[in-house]
Amino acid sequence: MSEQNKDDKPIIIARDVHKWFDNFQALKGVSMEVQSGEVVVIFGPSGSGKSTFIRTLNRLEEHQRGTIIIDGIELSHDVRNIERVRREIGMVFQQFNLFPHLTVLQNITLAPIWVRKWSKEKAEEIAMQLLERVGIPEQANKFPGQLSGGQQQRVAIARALAMQPKIMLFDEPTSALDPEMIKEVLDVMVELAKSGMTMVVVTHEMGFARAVAHRMYFFDVGMIVESGTPDQIFKNPQGDRTKLFLSQILEH
Amino acid sequence: MTVIPQESAPPSPPGGLEWIRKNLFSTWYNSLLTIAGGTLVYFTLINIITWIFKTADWRPITVAPLLYLIGQYPREELWRVGISMLMISFLVGMSWGVWKRYVRSFAIFLGILFTVLAVFPLETPTITLPIRIFVLINPFLIYFGYRVGRTKRVLGRHVATLWLVALLVIPLVILPGFDNSSLLPKVPTTVWGGLMITLLLSVGGIVLSFPFGILLALGRRSSLPMVKLFSIFFIETVRAVPLVTILFMFSVLLALFLPTEARIDRVIRALMGIVFFSAAYTAENVRGGLQAIPPGQVEAAKAVGLKNFHTTVLIVLPQALRLVIPNIVGQFISLFKDTTLVYIVGINDLLGIGNAVLNLNSEFVRLQMEVYLFIAIIFWIFSYFMSYASLQLEKALGVGER
Repeated sequence: MSEQNKDDKPIIIARDVHKWFDNFQALKGVSMEVQSGEVVVIFGPSGSGKSTFIRTLNRLEEHQRGTIIIDGIELSHDVRNIERVRREIGMVFQQFNLFPHLTVLQNITLAPIWVRKWSKEKAEEIAMQLLERVGIPEQANKFPGQLSGGQQQRVAIARALAMQPKIMLFDEPTSALDPEMIKEVLDVMVELAKSGMTMVVVTHEMGFARAVAHRMYFFDVGMIVESGTPDQIFKNPQGDRTKLFLSQILEH
Repeated sequence: MTVIPQESAPPSPPGGLEWIRKNLFSTWYNSLLTIAGGTLVYFTLINIITWIFKTADWRPITVAPLLYLIGQYPREELWRVGISMLMISFLVGMSWGVWKRYVRSFAIFLGILFTVLAVFPLETPTITLPIRIFVLINPFLIYFGYRVGRTKRVLGRHVATLWLVALLVIPLVILPGFDNSSLLPKVPTTVWGGLMITLLLSVGGIVLSFPFGILLALGRRSSLPMVKLFSIFFIETVRAVPLVTILFMFSVLLALFLPTEARIDRVIRALMGIVFFSAAYTAENVRGGLQAIPPGQVEAAKAVGLKNFHTTVLIVLPQALRLVIPNIVGQFISLFKDTTLVYIVGINDLLGIGNAVLNLNSEFVRLQMEVYLFIAIIFWIFSYFMSYASLQLEKALGVGER
């Protein structure tokens, strides 16, 4: 699939990204290119820097060395560039991070109204379409606290999509969910992937990776240890670390 | 699979006589304690009632009830206080209509208070029938305002604007008046007093210190070093000094240092002191709320592209303030009671009037008990109401539900 975009410029370019938390080096030179429409899965042990890396992509974390260019805009200290990039990137968090004092509908319409300056009517119309898409239109006027984890995460996806982003980042979207709710969230993500959305997903859901990922990246100790198509990674992993990790998570 | 049949719920706790037998007379020593305690309560109550209706001499209050309400405010200008009251009643009613349950308990409380005041059986020449009728208009005006506020055309922002206008016009125009005006002749603040001053200082203090305190709390967490430094300096300095000292500084030193042309009215000086003091405490309370907001909330707001300002106003503050309602209201209650300290700088608030009345003639000097009890009850009514309203507000806002 990525072949058809090959001559286009990648929508995400990360070159030699370094990041330190005080003296701890979380990222040791990560480079990655993502084409428009590609679905990329990042996996690896905890503490390997995978979350830190995708958080640098919309500047929730600041990288200290290297270059990140999103859709032609380089991330630097320029606040206006950061705002422009964030408008193009939607993000879904492990802990959902819905706004508990706002209803589901208000959660989704907040940014379109205040950032995109849409009218309330237009924002609500699109919010309802998105709630249909993630399968919970009947929950529009409830508060997040009244929903199950799976429903909350689907609202979070709708909230991110409401800004009509070009890229979606998922930071372990199913890790905080009860097992029976994982599927309802993955179904939405698969549908999104098939619709052609550019997605960078940190997850250990290997079934999801096998089904929709174009490329997979294995992170360890702040570096990309191995990358390839799902076929290559699952059938013929090269590094010992990759083999060990895959055997550990695929065992169960 | 066998279905387990529903069991009936355990019997609910007994009521009435059964409760009395079980809780008060379960054993011989329990019965003894109940009888002893009951006797004690009985005689205490008898004593209190005899004191209130027979022994106590309520003349210091009945001789000049208006004094406690408005101090020496000229009686021929009384209508200005009345008009202010009517305005507030109407606005409270409208707020009730627009914001419903958030204001309901306050509106009802105010209505009951006015009704009780209007019909209170007190034989005194100063409270004339027209005054009673005037007071009695208030509860009806509250209800009328409620009906107006419920209509679709009246929105929250209209009522908020009206409140702002009223809170500026009443203490700055209607009550003080102007130098050469025949309609609103000047009434210097030296003659203002009583509950009017207490309420002016506490409402003014609360309303002004709240936004100031929020700004200080945000400033203390700001990434701008100068803003942060100023906020910390302000908060820690003010909190390290007693309110009496601050009031004293504002009323004496401010007058001393400023040129005579720039004299600030003494009530305003006292209010400034109260606002400074209260803002520092509000700031620390609000900061507690800000710290309780998980960082994920700010990240989510940033991730959808909200600017810092919008993130603070739309996401962080609403949640933080909701968390600290109990603390803030507690602080406002102490502020309300602390306003009595302005007596020190020569302002006759409710307590100041009480002291003045006690010194009025030699007969009254020994009647401290009656006067202070009366003042204590007024403070209790308002303070109790504030904490009750705060509980209602918490329920309405669903504090503790996430």
